[in-house]
Amino acid sequence: MIASVLIVIGSLFFIVLVVVLNGASSLSLEIFTQTSEGGFYLGKGGGFLNAIVGSLLLAFPATGIAFLVGIVIALYLQRDFLHPGIAQFIRLCLDILWGIPSIVYGVFCLTIMIAIGMGGGSVFFGIVALTLLEIPIITRSIDESIKMVPLGLKESAYSLGSTKYETSIKVVRKQAMPGIIAGILLGFGRGIGDAASILLTVGDSNYFPTSLFDQTAALPTMILNLASMPDHIVQRKAYAVAFVLLIIVLLISIITRYLTKKSSKYIIK
Amino acid sequence: MTKAPANQIETKTLNVSFHSNQVLKNIDIKIPAKQLTAIIGPSGCGKTTLLKSFNRLLEIQDDVKITGELIVDGTDIMKPGLDVPDIRKKMGLISQKPYPLPMSIFENVAYGLRIHHDKKAKALEAAVQQSLQEVGLWNEVKHRLHDPASRLSVGQQQRLCLARALAVQPEVILCDEPTSALDPVAAQQVEKLLLKLKKDYTVVLVTHTLRQAKRVADYVIFLYFGRVLEQGPANEVFTNPKSAEMKAYLSGEIS
Repeated sequence: MIASVLIVIGSLFFIVLVVVLNGASSLSLEIFTQTSEGGFYLGKGGGFLNAIVGSLLLAFPATGIAFLVGIVIALYLQRDFLHPGIAQFIRLCLDILWGIPSIVYGVFCLTIMIAIGMGGGSVFFGIVALTLLEIPIITRSIDESIKMVPLGLKESAYSLGSTKYETSIKVVRKQAMPGIIAGILLGFGRGIGDAASILLTVGDSNYFPTSLFDQTAALPTMILNLASMPDHIVQRKAYAVAFVLLIIVLLISIITRYLTKKSSKYIIK
Repeated sequence: MTKAPANQIETKTLNVSFHSNQVLKNIDIKIPAKQLTAIIGPSGCGKTTLLKSFNRLLEIQDDVKITGELIVDGTDIMKPGLDVPDIRKKMGLISQKPYPLPMSIFENVAYGLRIHHDKKAKALEAAVQQSLQEVGLWNEVKHRLHDPASRLSVGQQQRLCLARALAVQPEVILCDEPTSALDPVAAQQVEKLLLKLKKDYTVVLVTHTLRQAKRVADYVIFLYFGRVLEQGPANEVFTNPKSAEMKAYLSGEIS
């Protein structure tokens, strides 16, 4: 018991420690306020602001779209709407999609991009790749939390004359809210940290994207690019970027906890 | 004009099975209007299933097969194409464990009115107050109407569920062992309420306590392993049981 706890906490602290220690020398205020200069990967100055903005521009819309699609599917998967046999099959499909390595989503989007002659990478296709990656995660998480809603609660709503839609949207959704929020976080965390799916789809840029079809930098791909450079000083910057990524995920996690707690107020146990 | 009360609910050869396991067999019963009908019988004999078939609530579960006729106010509610929410609206349900909706006390009672667009905001407040007063909960909650309903005690939650059901003005109140999860004081409160309510509503009470049935029932239906073995006015059934099983049940040999 103690060993397993130590392994979990130990790994977390070890990862954070490695990232902080290695990245500390490259951490400064300017990385949050400046975009990369030309020759950034060769040791020139500048910050990661372009990558931070890029990552947020990719992950927020992708999570938003995946959530909208996911909650509709998850509500529809319940017994009230769909035959349980068919629902189980769809769940299986979603689980398989969940398990598909993210690079496959990247290659899939690249195929489409090349087919329509837009192979250079863009914010738009990055969002598409991340959305595809997040849909199964968010859908199945929401689905599981909705499945936990007690039958008695649904019976209460139905016996008052609610339709299936009213029951789902006004009662079941409220009861499942903490799980829904947790599902969104899970999707977002996966989306913002994933390098493989955007590696082939967003390209790179030292500037902020000004349209959906501009290329953009993103934190995970920046880590990859920096870490694969031969220069040690440049490699160190990768840790600093990783640290920024960690902080973003941590912030989102804290916000989620707060929202989960708030939405639990009315939950029936 | 004193007429024998008309039958509110009537079933004709009602059969219910779950996963090809037949739970109710050829049920033919009549439930009189504006009276309290108790459905009694040993546990696991299909009492709850019978109760939930009245408002077609069984259908939200997996693999349920229902055949036969179920006549409510002269209409067969099993006929296809009927508006099921409308059927359910006529019958409030109080379950064994109270399930308030995940919202405030006020919103719980207002929920039914809101979904049926019955009341404007001003009238809504008055209707909520009236329903809460009807179940004797108003004085206990009037200062905290916007608190989560989950913070009420179980007994209060049960009365809230009753108020919520009454708000949509049903004709029938279906109660599934409504007092079994409550402490004696709360149980007595709910029981008294049911006696009061039968003046205006048809009350159907599933109960596993024979003593409760004897205290409150006007009409009794005795279920035994999915079949109706006896039904009739309470005093007749209790004083003059016909079947051997009912006699055994009354004497406490089976429970």
